[in-house]
Amino acid sequence: MRILVFLEHSGSELQKNNLGVLAKAASLGADVAGVVIGQGVSGLVEQAGRFGATTVYVADDAALASPLPQPRVDVLARLAGEQSFDAILFASSVLSADIASGLAARLDAGLNWGLVDLAIDGGRLVGTQPALGDSVYVQVGWKGGPALGLVRSGSFEPKETGGSAQAVAVQVTLEEFSSRVTLVEQLRETSEGPSIEEADIIVAGGRGLGQAENFGLLESLAKELGGAVGATRAVVDAGWYPYSTQVGQTGKSVAPKLYVAAGISGAIQHKVGMQSSGTIVAINKDANAPIFEFCDFGIVGDLTTVVPKLTELVKARKAG
Amino acid sequence: MKIAVCVKQVPEATGHPRIDPSSKRLDRSGEGALNQYDVNAVEEALRIKEANGDAGEVVLVSLGPERALDALRKGLAMGADRAVLVSDTAAAGSDLVATSYVLAKALERESADLILFGQQSSDSDGAVLWAAVADRLRLPVISQAAQLTVAGGKARVKRQTEFGYDVVEAGLPALIGVSDAINEPRYPSLKGIMGAKKKPQEIVSLADLGADAAHAGEAGSRTEVLALTPPPARGDSQKIEDDGSGAEKILAFLVERKLV
Ligand SMILES: Cc1cc2nc3c(=O)[nH]c(=O)nc-3n(C[C@H](O)[C@H](O)[C@H](O)COP(=O)(O)OP(=O)(O)OC[C@H]3O[C@@H](n4cnc5c(N)ncnc54)[C@H](O)[C@@H]3O)c2cc1C
Ligand SMILES: Nc1ncnc2c1ncn2[C@@H]1O[C@H](COP(=O)(O)O)[C@@H](O)[C@H]1O
Repeated sequence: MRILVFLEHSGSELQKNNLGVLAKAASLGADVAGVVIGQGVSGLVEQAGRFGATTVYVADDAALASPLPQPRVDVLARLAGEQSFDAILFASSVLSADIASGLAARLDAGLNWGLVDLAIDGGRLVGTQPALGDSVYVQVGWKGGPALGLVRSGSFEPKETGGSAQAVAVQVTLEEFSSRVTLVEQLRETSEGPSIEEADIIVAGGRGLGQAENFGLLESLAKELGGAVGATRAVVDAGWYPYSTQVGQTGKSVAPKLYVAAGISGAIQHKVGMQSSGTIVAINKDANAPIFEFCDFGIVGDLTTVVPKLTELVKARKAG
Repeated sequence: MKIAVCVKQVPEATGHPRIDPSSKRLDRSGEGALNQYDVNAVEEALRIKEANGDAGEVVLVSLGPERALDALRKGLAMGADRAVLVSDTAAAGSDLVATSYVLAKALERESADLILFGQQSSDSDGAVLWAAVADRLRLPVISQAAQLTVAGGKARVKRQTEFGYDVVEAGLPALIGVSDAINEPRYPSLKGIMGAKKKPQEIVSLADLGADAAHAGEAGSRTEVLALTPPPARGDSQKIEDDGSGAEKILAFLVERKLV
């Protein structure tokens, strides 16, 4: 079986989740190739080789400088046409999801997403896809090829093999419509202070706070507990709290001893960033919120009354 | 300006959705609702139309069973002008590639200037469909829009990725997938709800769209469900209704676990 893994990078580093997918593909006994796409990306070949790729296809072109999906679909479609791969795998990300989906349409190939495991059964690739709030695990297959798959963040650990990869240049010809999106600017905030990734206790809030000012309630509780404050993308996108505190797929992955989720529904993209926490406590007024499916202790109630009261109780206990 | 919004009917969250073990498809027999993430896309379309002096139209486009019209009516009650529902037994069970094929056919017929998508379907959590549809329509696509400005024949988007925020731009026509934080959707007014029933609601078949049934439904799908297994067991979990002593109970639990 030949598997191609799309390798996403930031600066001169390949993303950890991609290296995890490389390791998983190698563990299936497959012939594993990687592909890097961008401008000035040749230096990434060495790292891909060290983590299990035997061949790395390199598309290096000024037209690929911005991290946009459609030109990458063109590159991959051409590569898939010239070489034949049984599977093309991606570590889930904003960019990869859009590439994988565009490629599925272009190649008329199946795409399964949210995969947490992969296996070969009777010569065919089979994926494990948790569904409906992870209440059921679905074994998914592909009809025809190549099998396209998006792997959920954090599913596979990278493994250094110490190998080296052969670099193969790929020709770049782009469709006219693929180049119609332009990157205007990248806003990168430099975060100050300790990162929430180091905290033993995180008190996180979501849209259930109702307004930005209510983060003060969480800050008070976090202060009494000796912890840091986290946030969901919904409230970060809304400008209530800084991006540097965001937990989840496009934010930080955290594993504190205690994670208190207040007014957070528990969407899958949030869950992947905090499910490894030691103990999860949830406060949500909706008894049907998905967060109650994976917390250790949940209170169905209004955070604006429960959180301040809890803060007082912790304070009194410490005084006490 | 003409804006098409792709919306989907999903099972009501309170109905505890499940996959039917025999058909291996989502059990859609219970109550349905408009996918909550699509409500943000409808709201954004209405705001753009309103900002343009209420000129043009907002049309809802969906693939689903006939009863999905009930869900589309919520979008009409919010203010969308009309709805097109592709409903055909030959399109049932469509996976991503098949769905993108059918929706692209329906969207081709509309030739909208802007095509909006919600953040994800709450019954599949894919968050992928827009890119496949864009590839079929050979149009530019931008996903995860946290802010969207449409002016001068261009769409400008602020979006979050794993590395921070990017600002990207595309000329129209374009497809945009919005984040659920892009706006606070309005509630339909009583007048809107009454008026919705009278707005044009068209149900079309694959043949009406000139679509090839071989690319739709199970025939056109390239993925399959092989088996269903229970999720891995997890530790004990408690869920308690707050009766005024919720905070005390949390503290007791934290003390028991030696976390305070
Ligand atoms: C590609 C992609 C990447 C993403 N990355 C991330 C990510 O990194 N991190 C992330 O968090 N999300 C991410 N998301 C978004 C995710 O899907 C959800 O939209 C988001 O997590 C929802 O945030 P929330 O829980 O704050 O809001 P909601 O889903 O709106 O939930 C708010 C909750 O608050 C409860 N509530 C309301 N009022 C009260 C009250 N007074 N007291 C108690 N409870 C109350 C409600 O019952 C509800 O459950 C991503 C999505 C996509 C598509
Ligand atoms: N059957 C459908 N009909 C119309 N639009 C859909 C359908 N399925 C998904 N969508 C749109 O695509 C978005 C992303 O869906 P998904 O990739 O399935 O999570 C949704 O928020 C909708 O806007």
